[in-house]
Amino acid sequence: MTQFRDRLLNFYRARPITIFVALGLLAATGALLGTLLLVSIFEHKQEARNPFFRVVELTDQTDDPAIWGKNFPLQYDDYRRTIDQVRTRYGGSEAMERTPTQADPRSVVAQSRIEEDPRLKIMWAGYAFAKDFREERGHAYMLDDQTYTERQKVAQQPGTCLHCHASIVVPYEKAGNGDLVKGFEKFNQMPFAEARKLVTHPVACIDCHEPTTMQLRISRPGFIEGMRALKASQGIKDYDVNRDATRQEMRSFVCGQCHVEYYFKGPEKRLVYPWANGLKVEQILAYYDTEQFKDWTHADTGAPVLKAQHPEFEMWNQGIHARSGVSCADCHMPYKREGATKISDHHVRSPLLNINRSCQTCHKWSESELLARAESIQERTLHMRNLAMDALVELIGDLKAARTANPPPPELDRAQMLQRKAQFYLDFVEAENSYGFHAPEEALRILGESIDFARQGQLAIRPATGQPVPQASSLEDQCTVTR
Amino acid sequence: MVESENAESSIKPATSVTVLLAIVLALAIGSTVGLGAYTFTYAHGASYFSNDPAACANCHVMRDHLDAWVKSSHRSVATCNDCHTPPGFVSKYFTKADHGFFHSLAFTTGAFHEPIQIKERSLRVVEAACRRCHQDVVHQIDTGTTSPLAMSCTRCHVDVGHMN
Repeated sequence: MTQFRDRLLNFYRARPITIFVALGLLAATGALLGTLLLVSIFEHKQEARNPFFRVVELTDQTDDPAIWGKNFPLQYDDYRRTIDQVRTRYGGSEAMERTPTQADPRSVVAQSRIEEDPRLKIMWAGYAFAKDFREERGHAYMLDDQTYTERQKVAQQPGTCLHCHASIVVPYEKAGNGDLVKGFEKFNQMPFAEARKLVTHPVACIDCHEPTTMQLRISRPGFIEGMRALKASQGIKDYDVNRDATRQEMRSFVCGQCHVEYYFKGPEKRLVYPWANGLKVEQILAYYDTEQFKDWTHADTGAPVLKAQHPEFEMWNQGIHARSGVSCADCHMPYKREGATKISDHHVRSPLLNINRSCQTCHKWSESELLARAESIQERTLHMRNLAMDALVELIGDLKAARTANPPPPELDRAQMLQRKAQFYLDFVEAENSYGFHAPEEALRILGESIDFARQGQLAIRPATGQPVPQASSLEDQCTVTR
Repeated sequence: MVESENAESSIKPATSVTVLLAIVLALAIGSTVGLGAYTFTYAHGASYFSNDPAACANCHVMRDHLDAWVKSSHRSVATCNDCHTPPGFVSKYFTKADHGFFHSLAFTTGAFHEPIQIKERSLRVVEAACRRCHQDVVHQIDTGTTSPLAMSCTRCHVDVGHMN
C-alpha cells in the first residue's frame, strides 16, 4: 500500500499536469455520456407524449399524401417505400428494365406472367389478359401500371377501374358534387382515358383514414354495397360498414375495399362485389350463374367464361388467421417501434419480407422455421395449381377439337359449362396473391375441384369407346365411408 | 522514515498552473456528479428499486406489456418482479441490475430484436416463478422431463401474464 502511494506521489511529482488532465478528461467523458443519456431520455419522453404534431390542417379535400406526410412523417416515409420491388420465393415482383416510349413512359416494369407460363394465354384466349399480364407491384405503381398496360389498347376499359387504381375519394366527391356514390356512378360510365384525367395519386392516406381523427374509414362504394349484400345473406339487415364494423375488422376491411373479386354490372359498368350468396368460390360462381354473367366468350371453345381477380379478402376469410381474428394489417402492416412510439408499418408488403414483426409477434419460432412453413404451403399450392392448369389446358384442347367434329358431341354445352367452372376455380387461386397461404386447405380444395371439373368436361365429350362409364353417383351409394 | 519525510517535503509548491487544473478537474467531476444525479432523478431512477410495475414502463418499450398485464389473469396476484426476478435479496437485485443495464443499453442504442425475445436465463426465472406458486399442479404434470425448459409453462399459457 505504502509502495503504491509512493509510486503515485512520484508520478505526481514528475507529471502533475498529466494527472489533472487525465482525471479531467475522464470526468468530461462521464459528463458527455451522461448528457447523451439525458437527451435520449428526454427525446423518448417527448416521443411517448406526442404521437404526432399537427403542422397542417387536413380536410376531406386533402388528397395529396405529401401534405398528410407533414403531420405523419414516419408513416409517409414507409408509405413511399412501396416502390420497392422484391421477390419472395413464389411471389413478389422483379424490376425489369424497358425502353420508355411515347405511349408508355415506364422505364421499369414487373415480369410478365403470361411469358413465364404460356398456359395462361390459352386459359384467357380472346380476353385482354392474354395480351398483357404482369406480376403486381407495390401500391406506388397501381395507377401507372393500369394506365399503361397493353390491355388498354386491345379493349375499351371503363372509368370503373379507378375505383381501386387511384386515390378516388376527392375525385368521386368532386364528380358527384359532394356525393360519393353519385361520383362513383359518373366515373363508371366514363371511358378510362377520360376518367384518368380526373385523378392524380395512387392509393393515398385519405382512402383509408378519416382526415380529422385518423380513424379507419371505408371510402369505396363497391365494398360498402358488397358488405351490405353479404350481411343481408346472413340475416343482418341494412349493414353499414362504417357504423357497424369493429376496429379490428376495419384493419382488414380497408384492404378488402380493393383486394377482392368483382365484376362490372350491366351497361352502366357498375362495380359490384359478387357476395350476395357468400364469399366462397362456389357461392360467387352461383351468383354469376344466376346473373348469367360472363367476362368473355373463350376464343377457342366458345365457353362463357369468367376472370377471377385477386380475391385476397375472400380467401383470407376462409383461413385460420381470419378465424383467429388476425387482420390484414397485423401481418402486412405490423406494428413497429420508432423510438418510444409505436406505429403501423405503412410499407405494405409480403410478411415474408418482415417475418420478425409480422409472424413472430404470435409465433415464437425462428425466422427460418416460419419461412419454411409458409413456403411449404406455397409450394404445395403451386404444385396443385400446375396440375389444375394442365387439366384445364387439356379440356380446352378437347373442346376445340369437339367443336369442329361433325356432328358435335351432344354433351358439348355441359363441357363448356365445366370449363367455365374449372377455369374460375383455378383462377380464383391463381389470381389470389398468396399462393394459398391465406387459406391453405381452402386453396387446395378449390384446385382439387377445378381438376375434377376439367376432367369431367373431358369425359363428357370423349368419343364413345363402347365401355360403359361408371356413374359417380352409383359408386357413391356403394361407398360406406360417410361424411 | 527519513526517506518518507524527504518525499513529502520534496512535493513542489503548487504552481498557478496546477491550481488552475485542480479547479477545472473539480468542476468537471462536480458537473458529472450533478448531471448524473439530475439524470437519475429525471429518469425516475429510484423507482427501479421499487416493486411498482409502472416502473418497468418508464423506458416506454414495456408500455404494451404493462397495458396487457393490467388486463391479465395474474394482475391481482403477481407484479412484474414476482415473475421476472428470483426470490432472495441478492439474486433479486443482481437480476434487476443485470436487466436494468442491458435493457437501458439496448433501448438507448436501439440495438435489439423485434419483437423482443426473452433470454434463456430470464425464461428460467419466469419458469421457476410459475412452478413456485403452482407447484401442486405442476408436480402432477411434470414427471420425467430432464430440463426445466423442456416443458415450459409459458409455451402454452402465453397470455397469462401479458400477451407477448
